Amino acid sequence: MLRFVVRRLALLVPILVGLSILLFLWVRALPGGPAEALLGERATPEAVERVQRLYGLDRPWYEQYLRWVGNVLRGDLGVSTRTQHPVLEELLRTFPATVELALTAMIFAVGVGVPLGYFAARRHGTWLDHASVAGSLFGITIPVFFLGYMLKFAFAEKLGILPTAGRQDPLMDAEHPTGFYVLDGLVTGNPEAALDALAHLILPGIALGTIPLAIVVRITRASVLDVLHEDYVRTAEAKGLRPATIRGRHVLRNALLPVVTIVGLQVGLLLGGAVLTETVFAFPGFGKFMADSITARDYAVLQGFILFTAVIFVLVNLLVDIAYGLIDPRVRTA
Amino acid sequence: MRPVNPASRGSLLEVEDLSVVFRQRGRADVRAVDGVSFSVSPGETVGLVGESGCGKSVTSLAIMGLLPKRGVRVEGGVSFDGTDLLSLPPDKLRLLRGRDLAIVFQDPMTSLNPVVPIGTQVTEVLTRHRGLSNGEAREEAADLLRRVGIPDPSRRLREYPHQLSGGMRQRALIAAALACRPRLLIADEPTTALDVTIQAQILELLKTLVAESGTALILITHDLGVVAGTCDTVHVMYGGRIVERAPRHELFAEPRHPYTGGLLASVPRLDQPRGVRLQPIEGSPRDVIPWARGCAFAPRCPNRVEECTPVAPELLGDRHGLRCVNPLRSDQPATKAVPR
Repeated sequence: MLRFVVRRLALLVPILVGLSILLFLWVRALPGGPAEALLGERATPEAVERVQRLYGLDRPWYEQYLRWVGNVLRGDLGVSTRTQHPVLEELLRTFPATVELALTAMIFAVGVGVPLGYFAARRHGTWLDHASVAGSLFGITIPVFFLGYMLKFAFAEKLGILPTAGRQDPLMDAEHPTGFYVLDGLVTGNPEAALDALAHLILPGIALGTIPLAIVVRITRASVLDVLHEDYVRTAEAKGLRPATIRGRHVLRNALLPVVTIVGLQVGLLLGGAVLTETVFAFPGFGKFMADSITARDYAVLQGFILFTAVIFVLVNLLVDIAYGLIDPRVRTA
Repeated sequence: MRPVNPASRGSLLEVEDLSVVFRQRGRADVRAVDGVSFSVSPGETVGLVGESGCGKSVTSLAIMGLLPKRGVRVEGGVSFDGTDLLSLPPDKLRLLRGRDLAIVFQDPMTSLNPVVPIGTQVTEVLTRHRGLSNGEAREEAADLLRRVGIPDPSRRLREYPHQLSGGMRQRALIAAALACRPRLLIADEPTTALDVTIQAQILELLKTLVAESGTALILITHDLGVVAGTCDTVHVMYGGRIVERAPRHELFAEPRHPYTGGLLASVPRLDQPRGVRLQPIEGSPRDVIPWARGCAFAPRCPNRVEECTPVAPELLGDRHGLRCVNPLRSDQPATKAVPR
């Protein structure tokens, strides 16, 4: 097991080297540059040259690259040309927000999707089954921003029961030592702040979780349908076991294997940020920050954030593989 | 140990005019089992023999109540120790299954849950039906594995199905089936998926365990060789009906139905001279005409006469039952199939 983990982590090195070079070239291939974006109307050739010299952008790209790699290895991701804050600081500020949002979305997707998929399969061919298939198709096709505005309209404006924007009520007296607002509320002994942060997560979580939900429903349904026809389920029935035992131990435990894979991939994707959802709900997360940085040609931020996303993606997939091994003994020994 | 004397007791299982019809949208109904009746006495071993698709497995699933609810119609009666299994509510049936009625399926490779340790798959019956604690159940399970001939049982209990050979898995399944000392065990082709060398071991094991515990056994097989060494009574099925039934010795010594004769002739024998070809039964059950238009075996039958159609023959005879208007004569050599 340890060897497996080490091998997978070692694989990160070539991935990161390759990706960082591509990344470096790609951000520089964007038309315009940070100097032009920063100066705007005042971008005279002389001013642009001055700013470029200031950030070392006048050097050849490979020289810039080597210097950047050297800095990254020392833990210095550079400074944002847009906000003038260190990139690492921006990362630590926006990433926890996205983690909270992604987790909320996945809890929603799995918590609703697995039972729905299971019952659709159990009642295969009935109205519930058809409704779940049609509903998941709807969930996949509906645009996120549209769904986001609909949710805001219904729950926030009309019913007025949930907040529409941000991560925390600005009037609330709350401290944020970790950056994870729900957790912050709990560790600072301020349950009210935790609940408020939670309330701010519900609508964006649902908006972001709808597509994963639809996928989870479909995968669970198909997988349960397969497993229900397996001989070992018939064996379990023949033993006269309680329906709950058959469901949990014999059907779901096998049927959830493909669901785990999908959930892992989705979590990886969601952690890369959700620009649309974060924009609609004015949620100060990773995705929105990165989108703004693209507009500003903020090289340092783009390089740092995308590299970080790659690391997260690989780590999440590693976790999924470990989880897979825990559920499926055949993988463990192989 | 229960007394083993079939004659002194009433029957344990009474299958009465059992029919199973599969219905599919847009297609004609398929009558897989068609008016099957037989009984099993306590401690008796009964063979259900026939080729693939003759309805023997469906019969066993119907007895256990394991057929799907939708698209299947089960008619007739299945009475187990006086209880009508077909009309029993599902939760009551669950209490009987695994405790009084058990079944071992054909394929041990797929009949065990791949992600659950062997131990749990044996102990779950014990905790469910005998109310044992987990610890007690584990001890009992180790004991059961030892009895079915699995060495080092406490280690095996922690292992997963993929770590066991096919023979070991079938032993584990037998251990789980016999865990609650059921009164009736159905073995549905228990050796078909195994190597020949293992087949004999598993059969011997079943025979021993059944004799020790006084469990009645329904042995379902297409292999008359399996029946020869084990069964008290044999029912031969064809096209969803029983075509011949007899005590084992009688059936082997004097098969009356041409189908039974054909089955016997297609079994290789050691005392046959070398170079003699096996006698297949010509055709396949695909060509079976429904019993509605006469004897279903008629198209493949060497003894076919006019009376075989259009009215299907009845199953006649008490001790040696036969569904045939022109049975094999005792001087007739074991079948010569009609050329097609």
